[in-house]
Amino acid sequence: MKQFESSTEYRPVIGFEIHVELATKSKMFSPAPNDPDEKEPNKNIDEIVTAQPGTLPVANKEAIRLAALVGLALNCQIDEWSKFDRKHYFYPDLPKGYQISQYDQPISRNGYLDIELPVASPFMGSNGTADKSANYKTQIKRIGITRAHLEEDAGKNVHPEGLSYSLVDYNRAGNPLLEIVTEPEIESGEEARVFLQELRNIIRYVGASEADMEKGTMRVEPNISVRKPGETTLPNYKVEVKNINSFKFAEAAINYEIERQTNILKEGGTPKQVTMGWNEREGVTVEQRSKEEANDYRYFPEPDLPILHFSKEYLEKLRAGLPELPAQKRKRFNEEYGLDEAVIENLTNWKDLTYYFEDVVSEIDEWIGQDVGADTIRPDDGKMVSSPTDRQLLIKQAANWCLGDFSALLNQSKLNPAESRVTPENFAELLKMIQQGKISGSAGKQVFKEMFEKGGDPSNIVEDLGLHQVSDEAAIGEAVDRVIAANEKAVADYKAGQQKSFGFLVGQTMKELKGKGNPQVINELLKQKLS
Amino acid sequence: MDFAYLSLTELREKLDKKEISSVELTKYFLGRIKKSDLNAFITVSEEEAVQQAKAADDFIASPGENPFLCGIPYAAKDMFLTKGIPTTAASEILDNYIPPYDATVIGKLKDQKSVLLGKLNQDQFAHGSSGETSAYGPTKNPWDKTRLTGGSSSGSGASVSAGLSPFALGTDTGGSIRNPAAHCGVTGYKPTYGRVSRYGVIAMASSLDSIGFLSLSVEDAAHITEIIAGQDPKDSTTGQVEVPAYAKNFKNNLNGVKIGIPKEYFIEGMEEGVKAKVLEAVKELEKLGAQTVEVSLPTTRYAQMVYAIICPSEISSNLARYDGIRYGHTVHGTAKDLMEVYTRSRAEGFGDEAKRRIMTGTYVLSAGYYDAYYKKAQKVRSLIIKEFAEVFKKVDVLVAPATPSVATKLGSAADNPLHGYIADQLNIPASLAGLCAISIPCGFARPSDGDAPSLDGLPVGLQIIGPQFGEQKIFNVGYAYQQATDWHKKHPLV
Repeated sequence: MKQFESSTEYRPVIGFEIHVELATKSKMFSPAPNDPDEKEPNKNIDEIVTAQPGTLPVANKEAIRLAALVGLALNCQIDEWSKFDRKHYFYPDLPKGYQISQYDQPISRNGYLDIELPVASPFMGSNGTADKSANYKTQIKRIGITRAHLEEDAGKNVHPEGLSYSLVDYNRAGNPLLEIVTEPEIESGEEARVFLQELRNIIRYVGASEADMEKGTMRVEPNISVRKPGETTLPNYKVEVKNINSFKFAEAAINYEIERQTNILKEGGTPKQVTMGWNEREGVTVEQRSKEEANDYRYFPEPDLPILHFSKEYLEKLRAGLPELPAQKRKRFNEEYGLDEAVIENLTNWKDLTYYFEDVVSEIDEWIGQDVGADTIRPDDGKMVSSPTDRQLLIKQAANWCLGDFSALLNQSKLNPAESRVTPENFAELLKMIQQGKISGSAGKQVFKEMFEKGGDPSNIVEDLGLHQVSDEAAIGEAVDRVIAANEKAVADYKAGQQKSFGFLVGQTMKELKGKGNPQVINELLKQKLS
Repeated sequence: MDFAYLSLTELREKLDKKEISSVELTKYFLGRIKKSDLNAFITVSEEEAVQQAKAADDFIASPGENPFLCGIPYAAKDMFLTKGIPTTAASEILDNYIPPYDATVIGKLKDQKSVLLGKLNQDQFAHGSSGETSAYGPTKNPWDKTRLTGGSSSGSGASVSAGLSPFALGTDTGGSIRNPAAHCGVTGYKPTYGRVSRYGVIAMASSLDSIGFLSLSVEDAAHITEIIAGQDPKDSTTGQVEVPAYAKNFKNNLNGVKIGIPKEYFIEGMEEGVKAKVLEAVKELEKLGAQTVEVSLPTTRYAQMVYAIICPSEISSNLARYDGIRYGHTVHGTAKDLMEVYTRSRAEGFGDEAKRRIMTGTYVLSAGYYDAYYKKAQKVRSLIIKEFAEVFKKVDVLVAPATPSVATKLGSAADNPLHGYIADQLNIPASLAGLCAISIPCGFARPSDGDAPSLDGLPVGLQIIGPQFGEQKIFNVGYAYQQATDWHKKHPLV
């Protein structure tokens, strides 16, 4: 029985069962396609999926690899031997009358996931430690991963209105499913949300699944109970909540349950052990059914499948192939690029955009040259570009552009960064042009939109659209002279101390230059000439 | 012209020399099937057979070498899925079932352009050693129609014995090929577990099911095995072990071969005639040059108990898919709810023996009993495997009776649910250990339960057991024996 520290408060105890559909080409045990987007019922099926007599399962090696990869990313122990078991129950969406799952030898177990919480989190667990990183105002909390095992998904029962019978769609049946079980160590809705987000990111980063809660490729079921003050063991009841299809709802449903259960406990009662459903419209949980009496699944080792063997070499190779995980990335983005916390979080929550951003960074680095740290003069334009500050500045710009205009355009057109016409090289070049003052920031936005819609090199687009910024001091000086001459009153006001008038004069000069003037140069020359 | 009982090599020759066409041959056997009153077949696929025979004839007419079984007819136990041809497992729950695909073995025979005559009777879902649990009634023994063929491959035994097909596919989970082969006086081969693909064969007990056949001789058996054996990507339990050219390695003597005679296989209560014939066969093997030695396999007595736990456990699981939802017998239209679809479809569709095994298996797998029964049985099974492995360090093969008695009377099994466990006790140990074995005819003995039509009595089966993937060894012994004797050439008067 799990032991907790004694507390004087009512403290939530939350554990998760999370199902993730792995992104393989075919099903867990058959060559039929694994396609979560298939709309037509019973399309992704074959004789194995529909459990025709005589069919046998053949384990999908890629699913096993992905499961082990997630296990490694979650710091799990992966034993040398693992096996499949049959779990028996009757339901129309379960074609064989049993689910091939893993009972006592899951692929991975005894892992953990560290989540980053704001320092002021109301429920810091006893195992929470402050992160030493100075820029990061967060604390780390470690959530135990009990196990992660492979199994096959069931189909879906459909109950069309007005029919006296139900239908079954086996498209999803047999899809590879990774069930992740956590220790009951989560203590608030916020922690739950952060945990789920981090878990989803990890799964996406290792390429195991798109882990999309709305699509159902990631399904989460929290078990929630509340400890009374002084209680040091798990409460003698728990409430499972289903129908949660977003992180926001997970947080809301958990907070709702914590409050509901705490109120019952405060009144001296004990919440019923039930399965609740989250009603997103009302923002409440609704009792679905009393927890069914413990099912006897009659587990026994699957005789149709050989035992799984994970050799040291195989696991080492997998481990070596693990990509940089979100937490490592966040740390690096902070330390190396000096990006803000919020920027980092928004960026790393979108794996494909993060990868794209890093491609842009590589382009920036290539442009700056190997010799980061020492100033160099570029022969082509004579500009000095490569101080570390310049690099960080450009990278910050890249992050801002990724999260700003690029994200907006991607979302509008429902594209992935990799699918867009803007290559990281062109992206970096545009940033360079802005940095060098060849075009203004607002012209840059116009160029970027053009690049996004039609593709192409930014310098060509700038050329075509005539957006070259005028930085030439002589040209700007002439314009400034004209503006000063034509706006006597404003000049006088400025000299009398009205700062507002300076802005007006800048605007006039910009107008004179058809919006292409370099604002910095305009500022400087105006100040000079007015002093 | 009489084509029954010709060897596969002889049939091959006649077809290659165009002395006979595959269509003629096919029609000949279809004619024999029609005239037969043994209840050996559940489905005769006459139309498809003639079509396949025509295709074979076309192939033979074209230049180039013909596959060994090209144009040669065969029949399959109704456990084998045959695309478009009903497959029932002799049960009512699959009475209307037409498979959407072919078993791997059926596919391999199709590739050979072999001709499928039809689907053979059997014990329901292969549960039994008599043929009597079939929903289509028992198969009669060609040697004595008042007697059983043994089972569960009852139709396969009768078909080969009565000359209705040159060979017949069967399955052996705890003796279901060896038992009817012994009772019908033909050669029956139970392959090493993992030697032949189980894909597309209705599962009985997955860790025990072996896909084999009954044939007229060991020589035929070697040829067929060369064709149907081998690793199948669709069956993860098939072994990555090469399939040798068994028939090419045959010799006429057994010089240097060491044969173990396990004393535990000469059990109390076995028929004296059976014992006498088996011991006579041992003498014959010695004459052929083999060295025989008595060996002991003390765990033999636990084999039946282990089987009685593992087998129903796996059966209860494998039969769960017959639920009235996707195919097979269903009360879907008249049931008031889902639970009734399950309970009534299954109650009406399964026979008594299937129900008995589902209940036993469900019980021993349930929480609290799993460790005491299933897990313990698996441990004992490991001991049995180890014991065989030890003995095979000392001898090449084991020789023993295939069954404790000759064929028993019709009805003798129906009244006795333990019939199968007694009949199979000499077959089960090799099944648990996943070994290969054959049963070959070694004479005739008088039954202990009444008369036989002939004074000689009824066929007796000699069982030859080999180590895993030791097919060559058992075939060699069987082949040499059949070169020296002609028991396998005795056929019933039909």
